[in-house]
Formats: sequence, C-alpha cells, structure tokens
Amino acid sequence: MLTSGPVLTAFLIGAIAATTSGVIGVFSVLRTQSFAGHSLADIATTGGAGAFLVGVNQFWGFLVAGLAAATAMEAIGVQRRRDRDIATGVVLGGALGIAALFLYLGTQHTSRTGASFSILFGSIFVVAPDTVPAIIAAGVVAVATVAVLSRRLLLTAVAPELARARGVSVRLTGIIFLAALAVVVSLSAVAIGAVLSTALLVGPAATALRVTRSPGKAVLVSAVTGLAATWTGIALAYESYYWPPAGHGWPVSFFVVALVLVAYLLSYARKPRRMPPRSPHEEAAECSPA
Amino acid sequence: MFPLLQLDGVGVRLGGRQVLSDVSFTVGKGEFAAIIGPNGAGKTTLIRVILGLRPTSAGRVIKGVNGAGAGRVGYVPQKIVIDSDIPLRAWDVVALGLDGHKLGFPFPSRRRREQVEQALQDVGALGYADARVGELSGGEQQRVLIAHALVSRPQLLLLDEPLANLDLRSEQEIVTLLGKLAREHEIAVLLSAHDMNPLLPVMDRIIYVANGKVATGSTDEVVTSEGLTRLYGHPVDVLRVRGRVVVVAGD
Amino acid sequence: MFSSLMFTGLMANTWIAATIVAVIAGMTGFFAVLRGEAFAAHAIPNGAFAGAAGASLLGVNVIWGLAVVAIASALGIGALGSKARHDVVTALTLVLMLGLGALFVSISNQYAQQAYSLLFGEVFGVSSADVPLIAVLGVLALAGIGLAFRPLMLTSAMPEVAEARGVSVRGMEIYFLVVMALATSMTVPVVGALLLFSLMIGPAAAARSITARPGLALALSVAIALITVWLSIALSYQTNWPLGFFVGVGGALFYLAGLAARGLAGLGGGTRRVHPAA
Repeated sequence: MLTSGPVLTAFLIGAIAATTSGVIGVFSVLRTQSFAGHSLADIATTGGAGAFLVGVNQFWGFLVAGLAAATAMEAIGVQRRRDRDIATGVVLGGALGIAALFLYLGTQHTSRTGASFSILFGSIFVVAPDTVPAIIAAGVVAVATVAVLSRRLLLTAVAPELARARGVSVRLTGIIFLAALAVVVSLSAVAIGAVLSTALLVGPAATALRVTRSPGKAVLVSAVTGLAATWTGIALAYESYYWPPAGHGWPVSFFVVALVLVAYLLSYARKPRRMPPRSPHEEAAECSPA
Repeated sequence: MFPLLQLDGVGVRLGGRQVLSDVSFTVGKGEFAAIIGPNGAGKTTLIRVILGLRPTSAGRVIKGVNGAGAGRVGYVPQKIVIDSDIPLRAWDVVALGLDGHKLGFPFPSRRRREQVEQALQDVGALGYADARVGELSGGEQQRVLIAHALVSRPQLLLLDEPLANLDLRSEQEIVTLLGKLAREHEIAVLLSAHDMNPLLPVMDRIIYVANGKVATGSTDEVVTSEGLTRLYGHPVDVLRVRGRVVVVAGD
Repeated sequence: MFSSLMFTGLMANTWIAATIVAVIAGMTGFFAVLRGEAFAAHAIPNGAFAGAAGASLLGVNVIWGLAVVAIASALGIGALGSKARHDVVTALTLVLMLGLGALFVSISNQYAQQAYSLLFGEVFGVSSADVPLIAVLGVLALAGIGLAFRPLMLTSAMPEVAEARGVSVRGMEIYFLVVMALATSMTVPVVGALLLFSLMIGPAAAARSITARPGLALALSVAIALITVWLSIALSYQTNWPLGFFVGVGGALFYLAGLAARGLAGLGGGTRRVHPAA
C-alpha cells in the first residue's frame, strides 16, 4: 500500500494533523476548551462553503472563518467555563447558520449533500497534494506559537489570578491561543474532516494527561498517541477494502476514533494520577495553628 | 438541656488514613458552638459527617431530640459562588430552601410567601429580596444563604466557614446575626472557622480540631497552652492580648 | 408583503412542528444554559446521526435508532463526565457517535441525503404523520422539565446545598440530559440538529440576562425561541434562503441583544456592582 500516491499523502497529512492536534490538544484540554476546539472545526465548514462561493481556494476560507470565530468567541467570552461554553455555542450556531446559507447559495449547481458530508467526515485519501505545503506551514506556525507561549498558557489556565498579578494578560493569551487552535483545527478539518479533527484534538491529549505528570511529557505522549492511532487507522482502512461487505473500505474516521477511544479507556486502567493542579489553593500550604 | 446533636466516639477514615478519631461532643438547643482548627484539620470532613454525606468508621451521630427530627438541619456550605447570570432573586433562593427538593412547578401561595419573607426578615435581607442573587456582595449572599437554610425552620444550623472571604464589617454582622438566631429562635448553631477571635463574644462552646482529635468545652477550658500542646502533640503557646486569643507554635 | 400562501396546506405542518420544537428548545435550552451544558446540547442531537444511520442499516424504524443513541449518549456524558473532564467526555462521545455513523453510512452506502437533512433539517417537508410524534415529544419534554423544575434549579444554582439536602446532583444531571436527549434527538430528522441547537442556546442565554425571575426567564426563553422560529419561517419562505440561516443568526442576535440590555441596565445606575467571585 506504500506505493500508492494518495495513501502516502494520507500518511503524511495524517501525521501532521495528529501531531499538531496532539500538541495543541494538551493545552485545550487543560484549559477545558474542547468545545471551542470542536466548534472551530465545524465553523471551518462555513469558511469552506464561503470560499467555494466566491471562488477562492478553500484553504483561505477555512483560515479566515476559524480566526474570525476565535476572535468572536473571545470577544464575548468570559472567564468562567459555563459562560465560555455558551459564548462558543452562540458563535457556533450563528456560523452554522451562515454555512447553511453558503451551501444553499453555492450548491444550486452542485450536489450539496456530497459537500456537507465530505466537510463533516473529510476524506483523507483525496487531499490535493498541492495543499500539503500550506498545511505543514500553518501547523508549524501554530505549534511554534503555542511552544513559545506554553508557560503562559499553563499559568493562565491553572491560576489566572496569579498570572494577572505577574502582569500577564489573560485575555490576550486566550485570544492568541484560540487563534492558534483555530488554525490547527480548521486545517485538520479540511484535511481529515471535522469529526477526526475533534477526535485527534481531545482524545490523545486527555489520555496523555491521565498517564503523565508533567505537561512536557503529556505533549509528547499526546502527539505519539495521536500519530499511532492515525497511522494504524489509515492502514486498517486500506486493509478493510478486503473486509465484508466486499467492494468498498470502512471509513478512516471510524478506525481512528475507535483507536483514540480505546487509548483513553486504557488510561483508566492505569492507577489514576492527578492532572496538573487546577488551582493553587488545592495545593495550599500545610496547616499552621490558627 | 436537650442535645440536638450528639457525637459519640466518631472516627473517620479517608483513603485508609485515619483523619478523625474519638470525636465526642453535644450541641444543645439555643447553643452557639464553633469548630475551630487550622486549615486541613478536618473541619469540613466533620461537618460532612454530621450532614450524613460521609460515612464514619466508628461511633455514631445522633441528630434531633432523642434522634427524632433528624431531617431538620439547615446547612450553609463553604465558599459558595453563585453565577452572576443565574436568573434567581434572593427571594427565589430562600424559596428553594423551603421546597427546592420537591417535584412540580412552584405554585405561589400566601403561606409560602410569608414564610420566605419571614426568613428574609430574620436575617435582615428583606431590602434586597428582589435583587439578582449573583450580583449581591459576599456578606449579602451569606445572609441570603442563611435565610435559605433557616426557612425550613431547622433545629440545627450548620455553617461551613461562613466568615471566610468576608470583609471585617460583614464578618461582625454575620456573627451578631448568628448569635441572635441562636438565642431568639432557640436553634443550635454549629459553624466552622479557622479564627476563633470574631466568635469569642457569642460562642458558648468550642470544638477545637487538631491532629485528628478534638478538645471541647468553653474557650477558657480548651484554649490553654497545656491543652493545645496535648492536642497538637508539639509545644504550642496560647497568648491572650487585649481580649484576643493568639495560638503560636512554641519551641 | 408576506404571502398568505405560507399558511396553507403543507406549510401548516411546518408552522405546527416548528412551534412545538421552539417550545421544546426553549424549555430544555433554559436549563442547558443555566447548567453550562451547551456542549452536550450540541453533541447529543448531532450524535443522534449514528442512531439514524444504524437504524437504516438494520432496517428498523429510525425513531428507535435515535432513541437508543440519544439515551446512550446522555448516560455516557452524565455518568462518565466528572466535573473536571466534562468537556473531554462530551467531545469523545460525540466523535464516537459520528464515527459509528460514518461506518454505518459507508456500509449501507445510501445515506448521504439523510446526513444533510439531519444537520440542516427538512422543516418545509414535515408530513402530517410527523406532527403527532413531535407533539407527544413536546408534551413529554414539557412534563419532564416542569416536574423537576425546582430540583433542577437548586442543583444548577447551588449544587453543594442540594447534595446536603438529599437531592442527588449527579442524578438530576443524568435526568436532565436524558430528557433533553429524547426531546431533541428525536426531533432532529424533522428540524435538523443545527436549528435545534441554535434555538436552545441563543434565546435561553438572552432570557437569563433580561430577568432575574426564574419562572419568567423560562417563559421568556420559550417566547424568544418562538419569535425566532416564526420570523425565520416567514423570512425563509419569502427569500427561499435556508431556515437554518435565519434561526442561527437570529439566535445569536437575540443573545447579543440580551447582553446589551444587561449592559445598559448596569449602566443605568441603581443596579448593584457584580460581586467578584470569591
């Protein structure tokens, strides 16, 4: 199977999506922003449909929609998780509404069902090779941004008060992070579909945070887990052409999701270890006589 | 004196570790008692045991007169944060204290309204009954939560660290209010705190928790250098300065 | 002006179905917003896709597929989602359902059209046979939420107190998720996951900002959902643009209007300063 061009491209794209999602996923799980991550992948479809409508490369549509949505979320967003999720939900609802319009306007000539289906589930075997460099470049930029900001991201997630006291802007850090998340997620959504994008963002990261103690190790374990699940999933999907019902393969997204889930459930079999502290108060100093 | 709450040789194990052992005390009608101790001593654990939310490994907890009326315990939890956006007025929070566990839609009745307003008046919160509860100050929220606990006419009022995060003035007001409730409504008030000083004017009984054990009695009996040294298991000095009590580690 | 044609024939079913769905969404959305379950409100109806795909693969009625998947998702999210990792479990449940859906679709090889309608709905194609089912679900959702109004309110606002009074916070969570799952997922094939989700979040979020009275806030949430959906149907009928667009954008606009109303009330003096979380 390694002699087939599309399959090689799939392995390459899958590797990029899995590792970048794995790295940035650790931070989004720590910051309890899985919903934002998933929404940005869904919202990318709005950009894709819009780009299709005005006739520019979909790549730019995904990028612009992702960044605009990230800004909107953070603009209304509040610090508490509950309110952030609602702000995310409102942006998601609005964006999907616009996507419905774009799909309607754009697909009066083409098949809109096929379009919506492939946006949701993607098709890793039909990625155009010429978008590969763009995906690599965007992934590198996003991961580099997160790497540079990693300590601030941890600090603002774990102890926002402490971060403020040290003069770190919690809001600015949040916007930059969401922007990086938007880039990674929307590009992996174009390459592998919104479902896989969310699975690779959340699953490996949550698994890694259960089995490791330090954020650094978690990033490494997360990227490796995502990569292993993706490559095994692609290989299985390729093999499944010979499985029943004969004639066509099983979807990659199913295999990868299943593998990611198995990894997460296996992490429960290990003796549970604490996630990095959520609040400094939990680790508060030992008792002193009152 | 009727003991409304009685603990007999209560022990608690958490994850194989003995966190409290041989805890015995009673709190009677109209009595103001405080569980005092350093952070992490097990004050919240003790309150959860009394509420029946945590199992004991030894001993027993008896609530109400002769064990009757065990359900009539009002509770104000620690460090509660009410969302500023939740659509609840102070009034509604108190009404939830009356029948928040019941099924069905709440139908307005005169009796219900009177009970809620009485509770709000008892804690001096009638003035902001219609304000959104999430927008009240810490001291005001504390009053509303006390009214929430009070509205079902409990015999025993349990409060976990009610003075934490309050400014000095609210702290004094809440202590005065709780003392008044104990005297005038003849309910037993049991609260936890890490500092005993604000409570000294109203406290009838102190339950000092340290090192997994408790010492109980009046402040003068319990808070002495010898008594606390025995409790902590290492030298402790108790200093009394201008009506205030300071506990410091000795050498 | 609006054509009177839009109230006749098939359109009558559309109006009735959309009205019931707006009531369901307004009620369940109210608590979804209060409890911060926006993600679950998105994940459960979307995940129902797997149920529809699985049912069509097995050749059973789609309703059973939707019901099974909705309850399974709700139980999964409610039972596995501890407070800290709620979002992780929700996300993984969602992708599991969508992944299974993709598998079923690929095996049965005949589902692409339904996938589109599950997302965006076919509210203009509601048949007379659909209406009674939606009505029954609507009444069930109404009863389910109304019956547990006070415990839901108590566990949403003050979980610590609820626990001490013997109201199980976890139990209420699972109860609510199951009610929401049944009511929303089974209406998905008719109105689409997108429309339902937008109707759940925007109106409820706006309502809680406008009034501090719990009963009034719930009524307002339903009213705003109704106005949104009625306006959207009329506009969609006139312009021929998709209904989901008007509902999605309308929900967001109402939310922003609610925020603005709250902000203006705050500036208007006499209102209390927001107490910083201790």
